[in-house]
Amino acid sequence: MSSLSPHFPALLVVVPLISAPLIVLMRSGLAGWIASLGVAIAALAMAGSLLAQVLLEGTISYAMGSWPPPWGIEYRIDAMGAFVALLVSLIAFFVVPYCRRSVLAEVGEEREYLFYALLMMCLCGLLGMALTGDAFNLFVFLEISSLSSYALIALGRDRRALTAAVRYLLLGTVGATLYVIGVGMLYLATGTLNFADLAPRLTALEDTRAVHAALAFITVGIGLKLALFPLHAWLPGAYTYAPSAVSAFLAATATKVSIYVLIRIYYSVLGPRFVFADLPVGELLIALSVAALFIASAVAIAQRDLKRLLAYSSIGQIGYITLGLGLATEAGLAASLAHVFNHGISKGAVFLVAGMMAFHLGSTRFEALAGVGRTMPLASFAVALGGLSLIGVPGTAGFARKWLLVSAALEAGRPWIAAAVLLSSLLAVAYVWRFVECAYFSEPPEPVAARAPVPLSMMGPALALTALVIAAGLHASPVLETAAAAAAGLMEAGR
Amino acid sequence: MSLAQLALLALAVPFAGIALIVAAGRHPNLRETATFATAITLFFIVLSLAPAVLAGERPRAVLFEMLPGLDLALEVEPLGWLFAAIASTLWVVSTAYSIGYMRGNQEGHQTRFYACFAAAIGAAIGIAFAGNVLTMFVFYEALTLVTYPLVTHHGDEEARRGGRVYLSYLIGTSIVFLLPAVIWTWLAAGSLDFRVGGLLAGQLESGTAAILLALYMFGIGKAALMPFHRWLPAAMVAPTPVSALLHAVAVVKAGVFAVVKVVVYVFGVDSLAALGGAEWLTAVAAFTIVAASVVALAADNLKRRLAYSTVSQLGYIVLAASLLTPLAVAGAALHLVAHAFSKITLFFVAGAIYTAAHKTLVSQLDGIGRRMPWTMGAFTVGALSLIGIPPFVGVVSKWYILQGVVQAQSWVAGAALLASTLLNAAYFLPIVHAAYFKEPTGEPHGEAPLPMVIALTLTAAGTVALFLFPGLPLAFARSVAGM
Repeated sequence: MSSLSPHFPALLVVVPLISAPLIVLMRSGLAGWIASLGVAIAALAMAGSLLAQVLLEGTISYAMGSWPPPWGIEYRIDAMGAFVALLVSLIAFFVVPYCRRSVLAEVGEEREYLFYALLMMCLCGLLGMALTGDAFNLFVFLEISSLSSYALIALGRDRRALTAAVRYLLLGTVGATLYVIGVGMLYLATGTLNFADLAPRLTALEDTRAVHAALAFITVGIGLKLALFPLHAWLPGAYTYAPSAVSAFLAATATKVSIYVLIRIYYSVLGPRFVFADLPVGELLIALSVAALFIASAVAIAQRDLKRLLAYSSIGQIGYITLGLGLATEAGLAASLAHVFNHGISKGAVFLVAGMMAFHLGSTRFEALAGVGRTMPLASFAVALGGLSLIGVPGTAGFARKWLLVSAALEAGRPWIAAAVLLSSLLAVAYVWRFVECAYFSEPPEPVAARAPVPLSMMGPALALTALVIAAGLHASPVLETAAAAAAGLMEAGR
Repeated sequence: MSLAQLALLALAVPFAGIALIVAAGRHPNLRETATFATAITLFFIVLSLAPAVLAGERPRAVLFEMLPGLDLALEVEPLGWLFAAIASTLWVVSTAYSIGYMRGNQEGHQTRFYACFAAAIGAAIGIAFAGNVLTMFVFYEALTLVTYPLVTHHGDEEARRGGRVYLSYLIGTSIVFLLPAVIWTWLAAGSLDFRVGGLLAGQLESGTAAILLALYMFGIGKAALMPFHRWLPAAMVAPTPVSALLHAVAVVKAGVFAVVKVVVYVFGVDSLAALGGAEWLTAVAAFTIVAASVVALAADNLKRRLAYSTVSQLGYIVLAASLLTPLAVAGAALHLVAHAFSKITLFFVAGAIYTAAHKTLVSQLDGIGRRMPWTMGAFTVGALSLIGIPPFVGVVSKWYILQGVVQAQSWVAGAALLASTLLNAAYFLPIVHAAYFKEPTGEPHGEAPLPMVIALTLTAAGTVALFLFPGLPLAFARSVAGM
């Protein structure tokens, strides 16, 4: 193992990448599932060891194929990249075991192996985005993860999954295209694609229109992918109609990795002084984020379907992340990164549990969920706990966002941002209590004959991830300290 | 076992009790035995901490680091001990009462009820023994959430509406006011540990101190300071044992306890007095006392009248704390005890009347004293105690608060106390009069089930006993006030 460990940056991407065609060749759902399980476990172990190594020894540079940067593709792993890679592989670790029965029920046996192949492609793309140090390579991984996720969403059993997937495909393609146009402009201006190589060359070119345009293209392009309000139109449908396991996986990882990309470009390529001090990108982000906090959360209250409600909640919660980024301080950045992780596990957990309800009741519409507190006590309690994390109740992972963002806003001398963070969480109380009242205060509909009991392979990961949300809330220091270290590293490099 | 371990055990016991209660869920007798055993164990653990705390020891225990540089930690000090002692003592009594009430009224979901009850006591112990503001805040929020299923126990439309008001007021105030106050304190002081003399002493200007104090006082919605008091009457949709223990003891006392704790250990009595940042609080508390008494006067529903009486009595404690004199602070601590014993008696009576006679309105209580002599006797005791007549404990705390008023020369406070005493008499004594001197109406009935009668007799006797032997609470109260 020790002789392999220097190659973890490559293996973390290559292993899921190779597993995908192998799964297709095997043409067996069970074999695909076992292979995916192995990949998820290996990815988690490698990402964990990478993060530990980066925190101890500093940034790792890995020359792909031994071509030295900037000519070859460099994988450059700092604390933030390893942190995001850990989140992605952690979520995969919980989602893959859950997939088996859920996917059999929702996707069907004949397409099951394709599902696992796509899931591995998506995992490969997301991990690649977190690890690569090359702007064009990042685009390739962005497309790998996006294309596979369009297909994954389209596998949903509701026919509306198809329209949702097409809508995401159109908007996602626009986003990726805008990103690559931006990268192209940077390449024309500097002649390099390596992040570390771009940064010093761009300092001299800051006043050129090409660099300004590149910033705008990249911000809007990645803004589409991360569902920055008002570029979120693709998200509610995609999360609502995708297979349950896909909703959980994408909600917990895809938007988070896109946020990572935005932070990477701002801090490691264009530089925070240029982006936030010379140009008003921070103010723009704050304005859009605050709008997201209130508008998306208010829309969530009006939903009649749990998954859709959670999807709108995600748009609001992403607002908290971009709000911290917009503050453009180290504390704000640390708050953003911590919330990337904390919201990732929280939303992943709630979507997994919602999938249990979809499995047992056939739907997550509130009419079907009425009285679910009595018929599925554990699952309902888990949704309520996850909901408390979305509200940010102390003792859940979500609490840290309030603590850190309010501190960061007060330290930055902007109390009204602190007020927006706090007031908007009242809307979260309202949308979480929509579910609570539906589950515990309404009569269950007429019992449908012989519903399948939720298998342990679904219940186990869903409840374990919920438990992790509570553990990460009670003992939040490890996540918060890692986020703080990542933010400090970015600040240091951006100076 | 070291004192710190005892404090941790006190926190762990109620939560362990939940496991026992849930495990024994299908066997009611076993389940209630588990509740009893847990309550009695907790009572003795808290009691065993008394001598050391009185002797000046402050056992500290760290659970784990919650946020970077901020631990979830426990520390036992006199005020916290007093609150924990009230909660654990009255938990034992109210368990007896609950058994009578829940079985007598054939309530559903009893396992959930007892489990949430234990969780609420656990959260109250967490608040009482909190070693820093963060720990107190965490358990404060937990208390709101675990009592929500108790408040909405009946699960009908009325419960759902009451629950909404309950949550929106308590969660709303704590998110919008209390949390920023805690964060502000953390940023200003670099620490959240409670400190004798005040964590923030010497770090604030007078204007910011007043704003921060306002954030704390209105943020601690459980203290029911007007205009954030409406959750308390709304919570009366709960079964009466819940109203009794939680809304006369654990929840509301957690609120005023936190108020006193913040004033004494976060701001510091002397430094706040020097800044003059608490005068507005005296006025708001005085208004709350009088206004709530007036509303109580007009309420025909007995539990509603008791709820507004509670709002008014909580105002006493906030008022006393706002006077910032040692005697008044001691009075505030004592009134925690006095009001708890007196008000739980009154709520027990309300539940006993409901169980035995199915009556909820004050106007239905004519002649009930002849049919339920023990119950109405206890009611009279509780009412006289709250009015402040010897030989009941209410007069002791009122005496200290009044001395504090004189010490502080605050005539607003004095006038409010005087008016409220008269109003207390005006809304309690007619009930006593009607119960004994009017002719009974309706179907004949007897006393409520025996466990309920025993419970309400015990708490009524407690108000007398605490008048005769106020030594222990007095010693703790004086220690809080640094006397």
